[in-house]
Amino acid sequence: MKLDARIPSGPLAEKWDRHRFELKLVNPANKRRFRIAVVGTGLAGASAAASLAELGYDVDCFCIQDSPRRAHSIAAQGGINAAKNYQNDGDSIWRLFYDTVKGGDFRAREANVYRLAQVSVDIIDHCVAQGVPFAREYGGALDNRSFGGAQVSRTFYARGQTGQQLLLGAYSALMRMVDVGKVSLYPRHEMLDLVVVDGHARGLITRNLTTGEIRPWAADAVVLCTGGYGNVFYLSTNAKASNVTAAYRCYKRGAGFANPCFTQIHPTCIPQGGPYQSKLTLMSESLRNDGRVWVPRRASDSGRPAAEIAEADRYYYLEERYPSFGNLVPRDVASRAAKKVCDDGLGVGPEVLGQRNAVYLDFAASIERLGAGVIKERYGNLFDMYERITGESPYTAPMRIYPAVHYTMGGLWVDYNLMSTIPGLHVLGEANFSDHGANRLGASALMQGLADGYFVIPATIGQFLASQHRGPITTAHPAFAEVEAQCRAQTARLLGLRGKRPVDDLHRELGRIMWDHCGMARNAAGLAQAIGEIAALRERFWHEAAVPGSADELNPWLEHAGRVVDFLEFGELMCSDALVRDESCGGHFREDHQTPEGEAIRDDERFCHAAVWEYAGPSAAPVRHVEPLTFENVKLATRSYK
Amino acid sequence: MRVKLRIWRQSGPTDTKAGLRDYTVETDEHMSFLETLDVLNADLIRKGESPVAFDHDCREGICGACSLVIDGVPHGPRAATTTCQIHMREFRDQAVITVEPWRAKAFPVIKDLTVDRSAFDRIIAAGGYVSVRTGAAPDANAIPIGKRTAERAFDFAACIGCGACVAACPNASAMLFVGAKVAQLALLPQGQVERGSRATRMVAQMDAQGFGGCSNHGECEAVCPKSISLDAIAMLNVETMRAALERA
Repeated sequence: MKLDARIPSGPLAEKWDRHRFELKLVNPANKRRFRIAVVGTGLAGASAAASLAELGYDVDCFCIQDSPRRAHSIAAQGGINAAKNYQNDGDSIWRLFYDTVKGGDFRAREANVYRLAQVSVDIIDHCVAQGVPFAREYGGALDNRSFGGAQVSRTFYARGQTGQQLLLGAYSALMRMVDVGKVSLYPRHEMLDLVVVDGHARGLITRNLTTGEIRPWAADAVVLCTGGYGNVFYLSTNAKASNVTAAYRCYKRGAGFANPCFTQIHPTCIPQGGPYQSKLTLMSESLRNDGRVWVPRRASDSGRPAAEIAEADRYYYLEERYPSFGNLVPRDVASRAAKKVCDDGLGVGPEVLGQRNAVYLDFAASIERLGAGVIKERYGNLFDMYERITGESPYTAPMRIYPAVHYTMGGLWVDYNLMSTIPGLHVLGEANFSDHGANRLGASALMQGLADGYFVIPATIGQFLASQHRGPITTAHPAFAEVEAQCRAQTARLLGLRGKRPVDDLHRELGRIMWDHCGMARNAAGLAQAIGEIAALRERFWHEAAVPGSADELNPWLEHAGRVVDFLEFGELMCSDALVRDESCGGHFREDHQTPEGEAIRDDERFCHAAVWEYAGPSAAPVRHVEPLTFENVKLATRSYK
Repeated sequence: MRVKLRIWRQSGPTDTKAGLRDYTVETDEHMSFLETLDVLNADLIRKGESPVAFDHDCREGICGACSLVIDGVPHGPRAATTTCQIHMREFRDQAVITVEPWRAKAFPVIKDLTVDRSAFDRIIAAGGYVSVRTGAAPDANAIPIGKRTAERAFDFAACIGCGACVAACPNASAMLFVGAKVAQLALLPQGQVERGSRATRMVAQMDAQGFGGCSNHGECEAVCPKSISLDAIAMLNVETMRAALERA
């Protein structure tokens, strides 16, 4: 596997401009001769499909939801970063770039991150022009707030529903292109596999989730925007249908998978309420701007109500340990700190599975300082959501929060043009690995999804089409029938299972293994154990699982079973990646590599690289390649938020 | 806690034997309503029976996928709350709870509790946007927008496209849904250029998809999980009239 990142030469600040000039263009009259398949309609997919169609390409756009507007970007709450410096507080493209590289613990490409920071300002302009109702100041200018891990206010927001408003903007642009006939939309369609001919991506196979029809699609380029794989943990903040299948199938067809072990555990989620829990709900970390995190100082107080614990007996552990960032330390730092105090017996709330796994996020001081009205204006919908789920009001009692799996920084490897190791297969948004390194900063996912879709892929896809494209192809090529037959065989095999256990049960079991051994804290012995347990579970799946219904109807259990089959293989890849990466960095915390205070210790000598895994067949171990990361503009340093 | 669920079962769009069937489920007051359905489905799968199909995804009240009529009310007993956020503490022990799909001509049933809401997408495609090409935008602060205006636009933009308004309306009207989008963009400076054509085209598409008109029942507002106000419908009426006058 050849990993050529195609990073343009020249000074960092000039790379993207120079690259855009050097990229090959497709003549406007020729664009309509190309048909591009966009898979997924979240921020990356909807913005890419709309922008490519605006340029003149014909687009086939697929999503698994019943409407493109329901993709999981819709659930992002907090905001979107942009280096506008509207607050005059010292922000700049360079600072956003620097914060993102540092926040990612020096495991992302400098050139990609700089481009992301550059493009961030255009995103805000475009979204406002679409009618996205961002928060405003009284004078009519856009409002900003500071957000986890940043000392400037560069986050644009729309109440606690920023993802919803940005996605509806991208969705409206997409539907406009549907209206003019440049995008053909296929909701309730799931990509089951990629069709590769002579090493190039030439199309895909989908299942129509309403009728069960499995069919091939030819494409001149495939743009994969299928999100992250957090549901490998079963419990996560991801939507129930979020899955790794499309990305994993591309991996099995030859696309390198980079840094699969880099997952983000979000510090502020509603704790698990019981063993039946089907998903976890995020509380935007913007809450940390006005909430103070604490637990009782003594374990003997952990069962008592918050109101009975005197101020002096409260341990504001983030403020004490990180005086300059306090409650706003990056997500990985905040999450590990919460785990540590709970493991030390200081957790609060009811015991679930033998431990109190929650800390307080307390708004009493802010309500006293600003008044309940201001807090309601800032976080009203979040407080309501919390109250609906827990039955408790954060206006009168502190919230209980605990970390949960939220985002996956790893993903399919892409070069600077967002193309994977399979020519013709481009990967955008959370599905790729490119910009967040080992840890993503708050309000950066929306930025990256839209940067990739609105501004990067429209410029870079022409390079592929004009220089590497192999000419027209139709689904009559035998490769399509071959892959389609494999998809049909998989469906038949799943429906033929004679076990008794619902697939959901087995998925939960996988999630438990992943959370225990490949979650917030990892160690070599645990990871090795997990690899064995996953292999055994995978074996049992085929004997124990029951998949009801038939192939030619709406069958959510068949869909889920197919996704779990891929998670059962993918979980092992994650653990292998975590095992080989014998250092701590960002969200990847190896217990064997920490300071006495519990801070992560990187090993830049051995691991300053992206690990890229190549599939080697069903009975061989995957091959690990590396893309070395060089830092010419930012000095490699130990992250410190003290 | 134990509840009896009377659930609409329908094997496909043309099933002539569709109807309500009773199931008993052991649940817990802290469980969500959908988790109770999960438990029921797991039981049915273990028994080799057909589980109940229903739409759901984010399970945090924002994607708009979940769509159950619970005891005759779209999204169930709690105001301003989607089905996925309903918890069993809303019900008594031993309660009998009837669960049905959205019912409207424009939302045909696909299976059990799952319906086809693609008509909403077709309405948005008929003008529910600002026609701005990527790259063509001026600086975001070039046009100031008053805080109150932005807030009002947001109130309408909060629509999640779930379709409860249609399910609740005796006329199966989609005017709250259409009005919310038309009002959002009519309030903002960016939406002015296409203001008239947007309202006209979206209403025409709404009619073509088989939705009814509004006769002021207000059921839509009452069940809307995002509390979209009936003002949306008033504004839609104003906007369509304004467009007609402009054309005249």
